[in-house]
Amino acid sequence: MIPILIGVTLLTFMLFNVFGGDPARRFAGKHATPEQVQTIRAELGLDRSLPEQYLFFVKQIVTVDYGRSWASKQLISTMISDGLGATLSLTAPAFFASIFFCIMLALFSVYGRGTILDRGTVVVCLALLSISSLVYILGLQYLLAFQGGIFPISGWDPSWTGRWEYLTLPWIILFVLSLGPNILIYRTVIMDEAFQDYVRTARAKGLAERHIFAKHILKNAMIPIITVIVIEMPFLITGSVLIENFFGIPGLGGTLIKALNDSDFPTIKAFTVISALVYMMFNLLADVLYSVVDPRVKLG
Amino acid sequence: MSQTADTVSSTLPSQALGAAMSSRERNSLWWDALRRFKKNKIGVISFFVIMLYIFVGLMAAVGILYPDAQVPNQAEAYTSFSWAHPFGTDIFGRDILGRAVHGIVTAISIGLLASTLSLVIGLVLGAVAGYFGGKIDGLVVWLYTTVDSIPYILLIPSLTFVLGRGLINVFIAVGLTSWVTTARLVRGEFFKHKNRDYVMAAHAIGAGDRRKIFGHILPNVAHIAFVQFGLGFVAAIKIEVILSYLGLGVDPSQPSWGLMIDDAKNELARPFWGNLTAATLFMFGLILSFNLFNDALREALDPKMKNK
Repeated sequence: MIPILIGVTLLTFMLFNVFGGDPARRFAGKHATPEQVQTIRAELGLDRSLPEQYLFFVKQIVTVDYGRSWASKQLISTMISDGLGATLSLTAPAFFASIFFCIMLALFSVYGRGTILDRGTVVVCLALLSISSLVYILGLQYLLAFQGGIFPISGWDPSWTGRWEYLTLPWIILFVLSLGPNILIYRTVIMDEAFQDYVRTARAKGLAERHIFAKHILKNAMIPIITVIVIEMPFLITGSVLIENFFGIPGLGGTLIKALNDSDFPTIKAFTVISALVYMMFNLLADVLYSVVDPRVKLG
Repeated sequence: MSQTADTVSSTLPSQALGAAMSSRERNSLWWDALRRFKKNKIGVISFFVIMLYIFVGLMAAVGILYPDAQVPNQAEAYTSFSWAHPFGTDIFGRDILGRAVHGIVTAISIGLLASTLSLVIGLVLGAVAGYFGGKIDGLVVWLYTTVDSIPYILLIPSLTFVLGRGLINVFIAVGLTSWVTTARLVRGEFFKHKNRDYVMAAHAIGAGDRRKIFGHILPNVAHIAFVQFGLGFVAAIKIEVILSYLGLGVDPSQPSWGLMIDDAKNELARPFWGNLTAATLFMFGLILSFNLFNDALREALDPKMKNK
């Protein structure tokens, strides 16, 4: 975990501080005089040697003090904690609803494997995957909000009770977006279980096919399914970047796109490191859970 | 090939050597795969659709189809659907169908170049890690876990941001970041293969590391490369759209489906659907065919599906 973290910080640092041109010049803008650039360079600590700059960056991460955004001058840690609530209220309901729905559908698909229904499910999923996520967002926003007027086009209510009105359409879009990949992955996982020896044994002793699916296969498939879910958890934070941008939701994704547009290096760097940390934590959690659920797996 | 090696060794006692040698080609993994693939109607159809795209793209690239798709014609801005312009014309009066057709060239070049780059990186790193193991393996695993830890929605924009926008930079950014799965899978296969009999045999007749890796083991794990190439191709085209939306994609003067969808976001309120419809349909056809083709390919190459 530590070596990976060092890798992530090194990569981010190299990308922005070494290859990314002179950040001070970008920050100062096109018309800055050399003196102005020099002042900014000193202000941002860019006049120090690269190893020193790197150590400073690492220190920021360890102390969870990411400094201030170049664009808005806000504390980056405040920006992140402010955006987290909005992002989670958007992603979490869609994420869990989709998991439940897709596992059920995948189970039925495997139950009817070889039939036209199963084949059709796969083709529909692949078709869903063949349309750009931008098109879903644009199209559904236009049809249901702009044209249909069923939902507000964009907007936000800071209170927890008032925001659901603005969140319904983004939920629907996230849900639709997740159908293709989720059903396919759960179908693969469940299909793997359906050919195991214990299934044959269950059949041999005369259990009903429905019973085998509901009790035996689903239970055993839960092990890989839980792993998939846990590994996908970082999606809760990074999965809604484009949607937030389209619907004006003040979450992490909107902040990130703004930072990209503003060349706001410290903010992008902080986001990169934090999302990598989250990813690593959930991977570790998946390993731990795996060994808890499946007694055959020993960590070590 | 392990598949071939098994077949040959099992048929040798019962058959004459000559017969075994001649049946060798047709029983190989590849012939089996081809036979299985040909039975899959959806797979065959999608293969021909991809070929059609490539053909139309080539015609556009050499200037036979829609040579003046880039020439603005202000008098005809935002005309609606008509016979002359099936998808209408865009803000500069350019025929949208022509732009979409030229978009094929951009999409296929990004898909091809990005997935080739990522395939080469993934194959080499995965092969070296799996074959040599030890410290080299540790280093490669560290490298790909690091790259994998950063979500692509952050990594790729950051990379294009640093490289600047443009077709070449898009494919470099995508290629440099999407090799992880290939490397991981190839590494695993090399671990399994490196101690097999056929590799030992190659070693015994004096094959060096390079010959064993590239001449013997790699052909046996190449089926992974095929499937990964297809997946990478599709992913690269989809990423281009998002990069174009973020203003980090190909140069705005070039025809690209991503830029057309990006244009559409300001045009829907007019309402003008031409760009969105054309780009989505063209993308849908190519990516769906590729997805179905990949699916058929994976099934055909899966040794578990043999004799089914």
